[in-house]
Amino acid sequence: MDSRIITALEVVLVVPAVLVGYIWATERLIGLAHGKWRERIRPWLWLTPALIILTAFLIVPTLQTVWYSFHNKDGTQWRGLDNYSWFLNGPGLASLVNNILWVVFLTLGTIVVGLAVAVLADRVKYESLAKSILFMPMAISGVCAALIWKFMYWYQVPGVPQTGVVNEVLTKAGQNPIPFLIDSDFKIDTFALIFIMIWMWTGFGTVILSASLKSISPELLEAARVDGATEWQVFRKITFPLLSPTIAVVSTTMIITGLKAFDLVYTLTANGSYDTQVIANEMYNQYFNFGQYGRGAAIAVVLLIAIIPVMLFNIRRFQFQEGIR
Amino acid sequence: MTAAAVPARTRTPARLRFIRRLPVHLTLGALLLIWLLPTIGVFINSFRSADAITSAGWWTVITNPSGLSLDNYNQVLSQEDLGSKFLNSLYITIPATLIPTMIAAFTAYAFAWMKFPGRTWLFLVLVALIVIPLQTTFIPIGRMFNNFFGANINGTFLAIWLAHTAYGLPFAIYLLRNFMGSLPREVFESAAIDGASPVTSFFRLALPMSVPAIASLVIFQFVFVWNDLLVALIFIGDNTDNQPLTQALASLVSSFGSGWQYLAAAGFIAMIVPLIVFLSLQRFFVRGISAGSVKG
Repeated sequence: MDSRIITALEVVLVVPAVLVGYIWATERLIGLAHGKWRERIRPWLWLTPALIILTAFLIVPTLQTVWYSFHNKDGTQWRGLDNYSWFLNGPGLASLVNNILWVVFLTLGTIVVGLAVAVLADRVKYESLAKSILFMPMAISGVCAALIWKFMYWYQVPGVPQTGVVNEVLTKAGQNPIPFLIDSDFKIDTFALIFIMIWMWTGFGTVILSASLKSISPELLEAARVDGATEWQVFRKITFPLLSPTIAVVSTTMIITGLKAFDLVYTLTANGSYDTQVIANEMYNQYFNFGQYGRGAAIAVVLLIAIIPVMLFNIRRFQFQEGIR
Repeated sequence: MTAAAVPARTRTPARLRFIRRLPVHLTLGALLLIWLLPTIGVFINSFRSADAITSAGWWTVITNPSGLSLDNYNQVLSQEDLGSKFLNSLYITIPATLIPTMIAAFTAYAFAWMKFPGRTWLFLVLVALIVIPLQTTFIPIGRMFNNFFGANINGTFLAIWLAHTAYGLPFAIYLLRNFMGSLPREVFESAAIDGASPVTSFFRLALPMSVPAIASLVIFQFVFVWNDLLVALIFIGDNTDNQPLTQALASLVSSFGSGWQYLAAAGFIAMIVPLIVFLSLQRFFVRGISAGSVKG
């Protein structure tokens, strides 16, 4: 039998046993302590495994990355802000611009299309089917989505039969076919990639916005209609403002998704060729292909700084939710 | 009013409503087509020969359905070694789902039902950790794994299990704590009065009552790890023996050279597991992803 199967089986059986054993053993240990000390010690013993893992694999590495970002290639010499100025004067600006395009158009695309489908599907009988179809791309990986759209964007020189749907439609409409994944004029390739991500994430926007849409009282909308408001006015003045907290939540998710874009760029444009590079791919390049720890770390810190506002927004939102509980 | 006028009156508004809603049906229909067509195209291409794929679009099959076969699937599973990559994906995903879920369960219980100083503050740190970019941890963890208790574990399953456990844990604790915290307080209080220890309360009450949340979490983490490319690139890297499907597929997609005619079939093999999970457990799946999409 394959040794990997045995290892995996061991893990699946041993880890639960160890964890249950740990809880049981700590309870025996706590039993030795006196009265009120038991209640003081127990939570910390229950938290210990998670705290060790989070500290060792998330908190300390993040601090170390900040430290590396001020150092040379292998972390032996202090270099101050050199890595940051290298990034901003070198590949950084182009990838930052692309990431801004990702964030803006991905967020707009998923919210506009997601909201449109949520509002429209609310009026038809096949609503749940429509939402399922839209949500399906969420289940598949970025790599599979890349593969699917590679076939959609497939390019053949003019005159030869097109085998990709998009260029077939363009040709039938009398236009020249476009090599979507290598044409960097007007950032066509970056937009082609962003569109794939919109295709993947719109269903998420629809599901969240649709749930929020259904929580709006129908009497409120009916009252406005009775008073003579048009459908557009009802949407603009009542529905949209009531949805805006949900739109904010979807936006934060899409902002993070846009900032962390990696898989599509890695698979479809050879890790950021043809002017499609983004922060995550540049970081991978520096760290993995060039062994430049300092530069890679500086790029990771730039990504972290870009995400901090979203982090703070989430903390505020959590505090608010706890407050009204 | 005559009897004959009644059906006429009800029929006209129905037809009128349909005409007025025609733009709605057309817009939705167009969008659904855009969402379905790409996947249908790849599905059809997965049964076509390399020559057919390059000489004519997949839509020609609709008018001329010939030359379809399972050859690509045979080839992919035997020659291209995707069968073993498929198993690797399972070996990686199952422990990387199980371990964080179990640890999160009792950590979440402690956050929800035990009192200790700094509880709120610690939980806020956890909320912040949910969105931390994985990139800020790669370099130090990679170095740690070069000498992990005396062994170089980069490229092994252990490395990627540990990484996914750590990356999945903040969200897992967050989701389960919010669910467990919303369970009725009386249940735990009366259990404590009856002399149940926290261990009993956890295993006998909190865990069984949290099954819906745990199901959503398991599905979310499973699909997240199964679909992951970046973490595998970093921690499995060039060790082809241990690479998951996504890595093998990514190199097939980006190479224009050998084996690209098998792409469609390979893609479907990679998609099949998450699609089955999605179609069979859609309710839990949507709930998990909706709650968890904020995650790094």
